Amino acid sequence: MTREKEIRMAPQFGDAQAEANRRARVLMKGNEAMAEAAIQAGCDAYFGYPITPQAELLEWMARRMPELGRVFVQAESELGAINMALGAAATGARVMVSSSSPGISLMAEGMSYMAGSGTPMVLVNVMRAGPGLGGIGPSQSDYFQATKGHGHGDYRVPVLAPASIGEAMELMATAFELAERYRTPVMLVADGILGQAMEPVELRFRTPERRAFDWALTGASGRPARIIKSIDLQPEILEKRNLALQHKYREIARREVRWESWRLEDAEFAIVAYGTAARVARSAIARARERGIKVGLFRPITLWPFPERELARLSRHLHGILTVELSSGQMVEDVRLAVEGRCPVAFHGRMGGMVPTPDEVLGALKALSAKATRTRESEHHVQMVGRGAPTPGHNESDVGAGVHAGARHGGRR
Amino acid sequence: MTLHSPGPASSGASGARLIYHKPDVLLDRSTHYCPGCGHGVVHRLLAEVMTELGLPPHTIAVAPVGCAVFAYDYLNVDFVEAPHGRAPAVATGIRRVRPEAFVLTYQGDGDLAAIGTAEIVHAAARGERITAIFVNNGIYGMTGGQMAPTTLLGQRTTSSPNGRDAALMGFPIRITEMLAQLPGVTYAARGSVADVPAIGKLKAMIKRACQVQIDGGGFAIVEALSNCPVGWGMTPQQSLEHLKGPVVETYPLGVMVDRGTASAAGPASGGSTGPSSTPGQPEP
Repeated sequence: MTREKEIRMAPQFGDAQAEANRRARVLMKGNEAMAEAAIQAGCDAYFGYPITPQAELLEWMARRMPELGRVFVQAESELGAINMALGAAATGARVMVSSSSPGISLMAEGMSYMAGSGTPMVLVNVMRAGPGLGGIGPSQSDYFQATKGHGHGDYRVPVLAPASIGEAMELMATAFELAERYRTPVMLVADGILGQAMEPVELRFRTPERRAFDWALTGASGRPARIIKSIDLQPEILEKRNLALQHKYREIARREVRWESWRLEDAEFAIVAYGTAARVARSAIARARERGIKVGLFRPITLWPFPERELARLSRHLHGILTVELSSGQMVEDVRLAVEGRCPVAFHGRMGGMVPTPDEVLGALKALSAKATRTRESEHHVQMVGRGAPTPGHNESDVGAGVHAGARHGGRR
Repeated sequence: MTLHSPGPASSGASGARLIYHKPDVLLDRSTHYCPGCGHGVVHRLLAEVMTELGLPPHTIAVAPVGCAVFAYDYLNVDFVEAPHGRAPAVATGIRRVRPEAFVLTYQGDGDLAAIGTAEIVHAAARGERITAIFVNNGIYGMTGGQMAPTTLLGQRTTSSPNGRDAALMGFPIRITEMLAQLPGVTYAARGSVADVPAIGKLKAMIKRACQVQIDGGGFAIVEALSNCPVGWGMTPQQSLEHLKGPVVETYPLGVMVDRGTASAAGPASGGSTGPSSTPGQPEP
């Protein structure tokens, strides 16, 4: 159990001692830190069901929420939990659920209804390895589920992917903000390592401002009755509903892309990775740099919307990209779509709860580097003998040094 | 539903006394229900009870999936749509963050007694302070008349074309009796829309189930046995006779439990006592 004293003091804003405590660094478990960050972000109600590796989040909520006079319910299933969240969120409450992969599959139904009816909610998925019951080790094999659709229908939800416990705490407030601004469920994806590991974190919390909702169900007193629903049996009307949703998703894609760049200024290669995989990548990059491979990290923070334009821009100046995931290769499909063949995209991943080591990643990086060198040499040869044009993605002019001026150090689009 | 009045019952200029009028909370619309369907009667009773108890401005209702999916088109209160079977979970969420609201669910038998058994059982087990209206017509009406868990033995439906065979398809489920055993359930009763006396009794049950919530009691459920002339392949009149006969034989009418409002303390007075009459409630 982490140090609770400091955390207990955290809600008392304005007081100098509390402020100092708030900024103190304490050792916290990821699941507990995320739970406390949600509480400090003003979460009114939490609904959950025990599952490894996120049970500590539920346990933290079970103790803290009643202490603060807020709502905690341990539901009969993940189906129960997500639908309790739907009901509470429909009244305008700030609501959160959490689970791990198999539980998220059960919550998919509710996610679809909430997306369709415009109900804000934050859902945390502490991913474990699948498919089926799989195992309880860390995994990123729910990328497809998170970004391409959990439930049925044409909808998306913003997906935030922290790479540290501190970042997870920060993004929790962002998740509630996005949920309420766009009237949508928002997912925060961690993995078994982020959930279970302990890291020193600053107790720095943010509470998003409360909005007045003109849609919340509060009882039709002195106003017309309100209905929160996703059904429309008339295709013409349902299409309009869908068009409005798509309009919202375009706006989110335009305004809410988040990513981080690291050591990409002079890079010839980039590793694209998120969450825990990005931390392994950092170690691998440090070792590769020692060996003279100019490589940096491109880390998507929003998995949807994916930072495709930023990655596309970057790929023009690279000799190759290595995508590293705790999966069989899911995000790599979005990387390839963004890169559109402008440079080779390789993949390295582990499954079943296994985590790639920095040396493994370094090996994959060396292989990519060697292959890129061979390709460039053979292209050069082809050009010299005049038997063909260079492949569009490997244009010589893109390879020179000093062309990375346009590359940004990450941020928000 | 022939007389409409903008206000409450009153003596007109002619001296005729208006004794039957449309509650304002019931919207003035034709329903989508099939001719002879009992849903309209249950809607009407609910509207009357809610008006009598002054509930509409405080109500947050949960609409089901099934024939009553458009309940919010007829009842003028705040509504949220629930996925199939999940209304009691949705209602739980509302209840917990809105202690002052009147929380109502309205579900059919496919919704409540098949896909939603976990949600209804656990909402009842937690003693959630919600009022559940359960309309049981023994069939999936909305999807074309398939067998439900409540379908009578021997009954022909589109998915039990040779009649429900217990060996293959199991037995009708008496969900209200099951729920009545749970200490969290303050009130559980079964009525019917078969005829005027039965409708009067059903109204008293619905009123009691609403009053329980107002008084701070636990979970309250009223099962309304209803007819489905189209799904049953009968005329409306035949379907009402069927309701009074074989349906009531399988699903006996009455109050299964009324634990007053102190149910949270545990099972108190069980048994088949009649609904305790509320002030101003005329016995039908």
